[in-house]
Amino acid sequence: MDALLLARIQFAFTVSFHFIFPAFTIGLASYLAVLNGLYLRTNKDVYLRLFRYWIKIFAITFAMGVVSGITMSYQFGTNWSVFSDRAGPVIGPLMAYEVLTAFFLEAGFLGIMLFGRNRVGPTLHMIACLAVAGGTALSATWILSVNSWMHTPAGFVIGENGQFLPQNWLEIIFNPSFPFRLAHTLTAAYLTTAFIIGGVGALHLLRGERDNEGVKVMFSMAMWMAAIVAPIQIFLGDMHGLNTLEHQPQKVMAMEGHYESHPEGAPLYLFGIPDDETQELKYAVGIPKLSSLILKHDLNAPMDGLDTIPDDEQPPVTIVFWSFRIMVAIGFLMLGVGLFSLWARWKNTLFTNRWLHRTAVAMTPSGLVAVLAGWITTEVGRQPYTIYGLMRTEESVSPIAAPAVAGSLLFFIVVYFLVFGAGVFYLMRLANRPPLLAEPRAKDQKGPIRAAGITPASQVILADADDPGIARSRINWGPGGTPKLDTTPVPDGEHFTGDDQIDDGQASEDNPAEKPGDKNGKGE
Amino acid sequence: MEVSIALSIAWAALLVLAVFIYVVLDGFDLGIGILFGLVPERKNRDVMMNSVAPVWDGNETWLVLGGGGLFAAFPLAYAILMPALYAPVIAMLLALVFRGVAFEFRWRTERWLKWWDRAFIIGSTMAAFSQGVILGALLQGVAVDGRAYGGGWWDWLSPFSFLTGIAVVAGYALLGATWLVMKTEGPLQEKARKLAWGFGVATVAFIVIVSLFTPWLEATYHERWLSTPGIFLAAPVPIAVAIITLAMFRSLTIHKHEYRPFILSLVLFALCFAGLGISMYPYIIPTEVTIFEAAAPFNSQIFMFVGAVILIPIILAYTALAYWVFRGKIDPEEGYH
Repeated sequence: MDALLLARIQFAFTVSFHFIFPAFTIGLASYLAVLNGLYLRTNKDVYLRLFRYWIKIFAITFAMGVVSGITMSYQFGTNWSVFSDRAGPVIGPLMAYEVLTAFFLEAGFLGIMLFGRNRVGPTLHMIACLAVAGGTALSATWILSVNSWMHTPAGFVIGENGQFLPQNWLEIIFNPSFPFRLAHTLTAAYLTTAFIIGGVGALHLLRGERDNEGVKVMFSMAMWMAAIVAPIQIFLGDMHGLNTLEHQPQKVMAMEGHYESHPEGAPLYLFGIPDDETQELKYAVGIPKLSSLILKHDLNAPMDGLDTIPDDEQPPVTIVFWSFRIMVAIGFLMLGVGLFSLWARWKNTLFTNRWLHRTAVAMTPSGLVAVLAGWITTEVGRQPYTIYGLMRTEESVSPIAAPAVAGSLLFFIVVYFLVFGAGVFYLMRLANRPPLLAEPRAKDQKGPIRAAGITPASQVILADADDPGIARSRINWGPGGTPKLDTTPVPDGEHFTGDDQIDDGQASEDNPAEKPGDKNGKGE
Repeated sequence: MEVSIALSIAWAALLVLAVFIYVVLDGFDLGIGILFGLVPERKNRDVMMNSVAPVWDGNETWLVLGGGGLFAAFPLAYAILMPALYAPVIAMLLALVFRGVAFEFRWRTERWLKWWDRAFIIGSTMAAFSQGVILGALLQGVAVDGRAYGGGWWDWLSPFSFLTGIAVVAGYALLGATWLVMKTEGPLQEKARKLAWGFGVATVAFIVIVSLFTPWLEATYHERWLSTPGIFLAAPVPIAVAIITLAMFRSLTIHKHEYRPFILSLVLFALCFAGLGISMYPYIIPTEVTIFEAAAPFNSQIFMFVGAVILIPIILAYTALAYWVFRGKIDPEEGYH
């Protein structure tokens, strides 16, 4: 394989891995801010429980997003140096603003959000939650402005040395595709999070946690999001598509599978096997004139096909055609789940309808798949250009020997699968446990027994032996792996809860299984 | 024209500041990772981790600013240096992946705890070593061909870059150890003091060796350091290094000095930075590309400069807030906060 292809694979691999983490944390940060706000407002314990439940998952996902993101900020230079040199004057400052306004904001307040509730008091803690949530969205805004500029470049001139020289920053930042891409992508991130939260809630409902207030609240909130946001997202996607048709027609041709021009109304192909060699869509199944109706709002509107585009300016149709269909199909499935939930809510079976829950569990990762499919559609659809119409991918690449790129790609693949595989495993294990609520037996353990650090057997059984969040804090693993009950408090392995513990003793009284040990360690 | 030269100098200064802040902030938390291997007790490791857990993410953001700022203000230098330093940059990024996730993962598992501890140690050490290699490779110069890197993909490797790699590992370990002196108590603090001694001696030795080597790498460096009039500007730096070194070692023997060793080790790093600045100015890629040649157009630099001047003080303020919130000794009983 040549160095160009390897560099493209490496970029696609690392950016895809990176993208799934922020796609989840952008929504989750906002969800956490909402939960914290609801808790402060209503003083209902359930919101604090959910906050604690999800913040553990947030912390791990955020860490993976950070480390995979640092890679991206250097990869422009390592693998796309010619692009960096030429486009740097335009996109570099936007990325610098992303760092200055968003990354520092997130990172600076993350520590306080995770660890600082009892140290700074509820107001500053709430501000920290909002800063992190706002930071994630702001970060997306800047980077999508950069990305949009690569699709619809504006506000520059090309200098004698080949560099893109900025002329008008407002035109650069608010380039033609930016508002649509931003709205569509941010909404996608919120929807992705809603389906993950809804899926986790549904899983625990299926397992019989119907009296668990935390499970019910998270499921209900997620289903409201799905019902309200999924139709909005479909509308935004349509707008984004129309914008693309205006600025990058060959991308839409590839999405639609329109190799030929259709002077009297183009069909909407539902299925087909694109063949770039012969420039035809084989085994095509389509609805006549529907594409013209959707894209031009006129059944008989003529539409150009890829036959009007020189072969060396066409994107690879197969990838774009299929990734687009995957994204759209998931979008409509999401809409279906939203409507299903509305119906169940109306029938008062939101927490009992097992088919709704099964569907929601199956749809848990759907947002992530849709986000990646959409990303692939737009990025591959821009090919063969990095900066649409102006700079080709093959001219953008660094002068690095193929073996060096192959070596780094191999390392990225091994390390990412190992590290992020482990991370996803820990996430799933955390999500596999329901948010623990006021359990009757917990009340019984108040007082001297817990003060002595002894844990009832029933709670030990509850704990996964390898989940230190539950087990380690109460059991000291003696020599030879024999657990012994310990009378001295052991540092709580549970993530950020020791902190929440102190300012909010009642939660731990209700719920020693989630927050064991600390009370005697800190409070008393 | 005058304005754009001044702006390029200002941007270079800003980048040096960002990299310096990165080096001292992530320096001590990478140092914690390097020292992890020398502190086997579980409870001490938990304390060490907790001493940096709330701030490491912010610390690493300065690295993103360093890379992003170089890209934005001096895109030509970014485009030449990144391919030139391909292997050590990729190694650094992968190492940072391991040590970054270890912060979260090691609290999530018993079975794999020791593996994530190892990931933390090796990742931190490897990241520090890679950064040192990058420094050495930059100082020894990279081949430039037109507007691109003109060398091979092993050019970065040399005895000198290997030496600077180890030097940075030692220096970060020193920062980590003096940080622990400040943030811990009892036996762990005593241990940190001893480690600070060991790595302090090593760091100073490496500073001397690297400093003796450097003037012979390029004629420009030689001129700056060893002939008039450069020597008058340069000479105070090694003299100050000597004074600070003595003060730091003395401070390490005084029991009630808990903050001072850390602050003095920061000053030591600042002096090394001043030395590097004396060697390199006005080059961004030594003897090939100056900051003026690599500078982004005025429009780009001024657009960012306005933002940076407003935002960096705000960032420093809330970063200081985060450090203030988590000030004081780490309570070993507190767990992962």
